Amino acid sequence: MTPTPAIPPLEAYLIVSVLLFAIGLTAVLVRRNAIAVLMGVELMLNAANLNFVAFWRYGGAQRMEGQVFALVIITLAAAEAALALAIILSVYRRFRTVNVDQVDLMKG
Amino acid sequence: MAVLAGYEYFFIPALPLLAFLFIAALATRRDDERIAPAFIITALLGSLALSGIALLRVTQAGPFTMTLAWLHVGQLALDLGVTLDYLSAVMMIVVCVVSLLVQIYSIGYMKGESGYGRYFAYMSLFSGSMLGLVISNNLAQTYIFWELVGICSYLLIGFWYRRPSAAAAAKKAFVVTRFGDLGFLAGILVISNLPATTFDFAGLAARVSTGHLPAASLTLISLLIFCGAVGKSAQFPLHIWLPDAMEGPTPVSALIHAATMVAAGVYLVARCYFLFTPESLLVVAIIGTITLFLAATMGVAENDIKRVMAYSTVSQLGYMMLALGVGGYAAGVFHLTTHAFFKALLFLTAGSVIHAVQTNNMWQMGGLRKHMPITALTCLVGALALAGVFPLSGFWSKDEILTAAYTSHLPGHTLFFAVAVAAAFLTAFYIFRLWFLTFAGAPRSEAAHHAHESPGVMTLPLLVLGALAVIAGGLLITVPGTGHGFGQLFETAAGAEGPAYGVMILSTVAALAGIALAYAAYGAKVVSPAAFNARLPFVYALFKNAWYLDRAWVWFATRVVLAGSALAAWFDRHVVDGMVNGVAWLCAVIGLRLRRAETGQLQTYAFVFIAGAILALGFIWVRNYSGYSNAVSAWLGYGGR
Repeated sequence: MTPTPAIPPLEAYLIVSVLLFAIGLTAVLVRRNAIAVLMGVELMLNAANLNFVAFWRYGGAQRMEGQVFALVIITLAAAEAALALAIILSVYRRFRTVNVDQVDLMKG
Repeated sequence: MAVLAGYEYFFIPALPLLAFLFIAALATRRDDERIAPAFIITALLGSLALSGIALLRVTQAGPFTMTLAWLHVGQLALDLGVTLDYLSAVMMIVVCVVSLLVQIYSIGYMKGESGYGRYFAYMSLFSGSMLGLVISNNLAQTYIFWELVGICSYLLIGFWYRRPSAAAAAKKAFVVTRFGDLGFLAGILVISNLPATTFDFAGLAARVSTGHLPAASLTLISLLIFCGAVGKSAQFPLHIWLPDAMEGPTPVSALIHAATMVAAGVYLVARCYFLFTPESLLVVAIIGTITLFLAATMGVAENDIKRVMAYSTVSQLGYMMLALGVGGYAAGVFHLTTHAFFKALLFLTAGSVIHAVQTNNMWQMGGLRKHMPITALTCLVGALALAGVFPLSGFWSKDEILTAAYTSHLPGHTLFFAVAVAAAFLTAFYIFRLWFLTFAGAPRSEAAHHAHESPGVMTLPLLVLGALAVIAGGLLITVPGTGHGFGQLFETAAGAEGPAYGVMILSTVAALAGIALAYAAYGAKVVSPAAFNARLPFVYALFKNAWYLDRAWVWFATRVVLAGSALAAWFDRHVVDGMVNGVAWLCAVIGLRLRRAETGQLQTYAFVFIAGAILALGFIWVRNYSGYSNAVSAWLGYGGR
């Protein structure tokens, strides 16, 4: 009977996840380049993914919701990246810049 | 007659209405002078025959009524129906006869007129609507046809719509009668709000006789309905439209504004007589008396031949109202009948004169007796009938009214009687003033010199109406086909008291005195009207300006109504609009402040979004896990856990 291999506690995953999320959020809030902002969003999505999988694993690992959600989010992130890059491309064509500070047509 | 089960009577109004459709479709575009009169005369002959059949049926089988359901919505039931009794049958025959003669006359009068087809189309619409009004068995249908004859009147007064005065007169007639119609409509609405109500005349009469309706609401309803009659029958104070209505073609004046439509008000009161309480009858009598006297005085000082007759019509309608008011139901209806004949006759003779002389001013006529013998003679017959000279029809009907007023039990009936006799004197005076000015003496204008008698198609109706004006008094003895006298057809107490010789003598003396004075002033010229006017300028001015009632209305309309309107306009502009504009201004100001929040910066939005999420999470955390939870929750108004 092989002993259960020692695995890091749940909190370790959560800390990594929080860090990922915070880095992603910072990128979204402070980076000016639209592509960097997009990358921040991807980081935040992956932080959520990590949470799903970690909770699934430590929550009994019986049903498949956590993994399914992770897969859905990966798919969604791919689709979102494609869409967002297309938007950024057309923004670039229109404004000759991808600097989000300079795209402010909605200014009241 | 029973074969058709009564549906045939619907054709009495329907035939002229069909003629209207045909004429409008076929003859208005190119003014076909054969098709248009042919349609309407055929239709009216059919209606006349059916009306005669109706009278026979009423005589043999009693009153008849028939209803077709039209619109039933919830409690509201609108039906189309016919009612046949002596009142409607006699009235329909009068309408058909006068209309028929007027149409024949119009063939000559309107010859070469542009709008010939339009004229006969309107006339058919009017005849059909008038018959529909008369035959109606319920108030709602009556009101519909009531408005239809009103619109026909409007269209025909404004027939020469390019003439500004005609357009204005049409508008005036429409607006002034509107005042009265509003009352009528209000009366119908009051009836529709009564419990277990009906618009049906027979049903209403049954409810009244069983005491279902309280006297107070009866008085209100009858006075409101009388409002409609005041407008339509040109009673004081809404009489001002009728003299102006003379702007229309003269046959129109004869048919609509003398014989039939203006009598619709009298007919309505007669039809709804069961609704009238003693109080409302007193109002009817008072209005009638005021009208008959004022209008007679106005006719005395008028120089336009048609306007004299218009005032005369107003005055005679006042007589009819007086008769109904004092309880002389049969007398009122009888005067309606005879008046329809002799006043239509008078108008048609006036039309004949105008046709020949091309002016309405009597001072540019004179001496036409020699050039237009038939017109002069028939006009004399009409004038004698109107003045009430024995044995012409007007004598009998006016005498009936005077007797009814004299023997009435209404308070003040002696005063009504005295005023009516005085007005009879004035009536004789003004109509013979008209006759002497027009037909006697020497021609006072070039046109009067060269006048010619009108063609046969115009003089034939004059002769027929003249004959009717003479013999219609005989209806008092027997109405053909019924075997009864006119009074017995309407079994009412008054009018059945036999001849009152004193009243007859008095009215004859009044009439003869009026004729004599007119002869002295305008025939023999031994009395100078100018001297009278100079002696009493105030009275002359009063009569000449129609008691300044027109100006009073204008003053009322321009000062009182417009002042009220100005007030309402100010309120609307400043208070109502102010509130609306204030709301808009507030929105704009708030918007201007709030637009600062929109920076257009993507990352500002993201920051606000995240900050909001953190705040929400923080709130939930504080609420659920913090030691401060109770204090914060209490502060936020939530119950703690």
